[in-house]
Amino acid sequence: MISIFPSLLSGTVITLQLLVSSMFFGIIIGLIFAILRINKNPIINKFAYGYSYFFRGTPLLVQLYLIYYGLANIELLRNSFFWAIIKEPYWCAIIAFSLNTGAYTSEILRSAFQTIKKGYIEAAQSLGVTKKITFYRIQLPIAIKQSLPAYGNEVILMLKGTSLASVITIMDLMGEARKVNVLTFKPFEAFITAGIIYLFITFIIHNIIKFLEKKYGFQS
Amino acid sequence: MELLLFGDTGWGDELFLATLMTIAVSIAAMAIGFLFALIFTPLKLSKNKSLNIIGNCYTTFIRGVPELLVIYLLFFGGTGAAMYVASIFGYDGYIEINAFITGALAIGIISGAYSTEVFRGAILSIDKGQFEASKVLGIKKNIQFYKIILPQMLRLSIPNLSNVWQITLKDTSLISVTGLVEIMRQSYIAAGSTRDPLFFYSVAAILYLMLTFLSMKLINKLEIKYSKGY
Repeated sequence: MISIFPSLLSGTVITLQLLVSSMFFGIIIGLIFAILRINKNPIINKFAYGYSYFFRGTPLLVQLYLIYYGLANIELLRNSFFWAIIKEPYWCAIIAFSLNTGAYTSEILRSAFQTIKKGYIEAAQSLGVTKKITFYRIQLPIAIKQSLPAYGNEVILMLKGTSLASVITIMDLMGEARKVNVLTFKPFEAFITAGIIYLFITFIIHNIIKFLEKKYGFQS
Repeated sequence: MELLLFGDTGWGDELFLATLMTIAVSIAAMAIGFLFALIFTPLKLSKNKSLNIIGNCYTTFIRGVPELLVIYLLFFGGTGAAMYVASIFGYDGYIEINAFITGALAIGIISGAYSTEVFRGAILSIDKGQFEASKVLGIKKNIQFYKIILPQMLRLSIPNLSNVWQITLKDTSLISVTGLVEIMRQSYIAAGSTRDPLFFYSVAAILYLMLTFLSMKLINKLEIKYSKGY
């Protein structure tokens, strides 16, 4: 029982790495697409909608397989310098997770942008504040504050999503648990221990978000 | 395109059957989830502390661990557990549990946790006066539940249940790791034997998009139908 801990812990590190890097890229992608979504131009708008519709409407596993197995099929990509990135399962997983969480984040931020009271923007306009400053100083901070609770759920969903990395040969927490199961034939020990570690991470994320909400969020 | 033809040379008929399998697993999982939700919602709402803890444990554990973990646990652990139970009754052979049943059960347990939360929210949002009024009128507890609470609870939970359905539908793709031939597994097989993963996984993505799109349309109709009087 004790002997399986070191391998599971090394898996946990990989899981956290995957989570943090995909959340980082996901926020950037989500912010860009949220801004595109509230753009008035119908073509830009439709493009951003299509992106989020595709990534929210298909399973993460399909997206992962499309990037890991599918992209290698394109001759053009195989000959370009992208191949160095795409041939690594680790980077494929990060690309897939970032694009997936980016789609959800863009939806969360979009709804936050749209629920900002018109009065704030009008007040800024009548005070002669430029559009750029209105966006950075008024709209963006309010949107981020409002979307904190929903974003916390998204981080937890993504943590669970990173377990899929194990099917493309990455030895994350799930992968290590699978290995332990295969080596020892003790499925309950392996998977329940991994489950407890996942629960523990979920618990920590939940509390971090709660803390941030208390500090920066709106008091209700 | 000829890869999608029906018959011996194309993969059209296989993918069609796989789509039906995905739908079947999703519906079975959703139904199992309903059963779990109907058991655990009263526990979560009960005034008894220990029953409460059982209900909370279920939803917290299942929503806090990856779906894949639940599937593996049932898939690898279920066989062992079944063989252990059988050995008590004197049967020592190898037992293999059907992949469909394990898959539907695993996804059902997961969707049950989400449905429990949905039902709980719906019951809490029913006006307290309704409970009191029916009590004053002398309506029995079980009739109160079936005729007053349940219909309102179902109507209130349709929008959120549609989210649960979407999650369940997408989660079924994970059963492919246990070997059940649904959309994902069939695309994997097809991609492996034709060496064209890009094409087949794109087809899989389109199939899933079609399923989510059609089910959204259907659920919207249901929602309009059941909120007519409001």
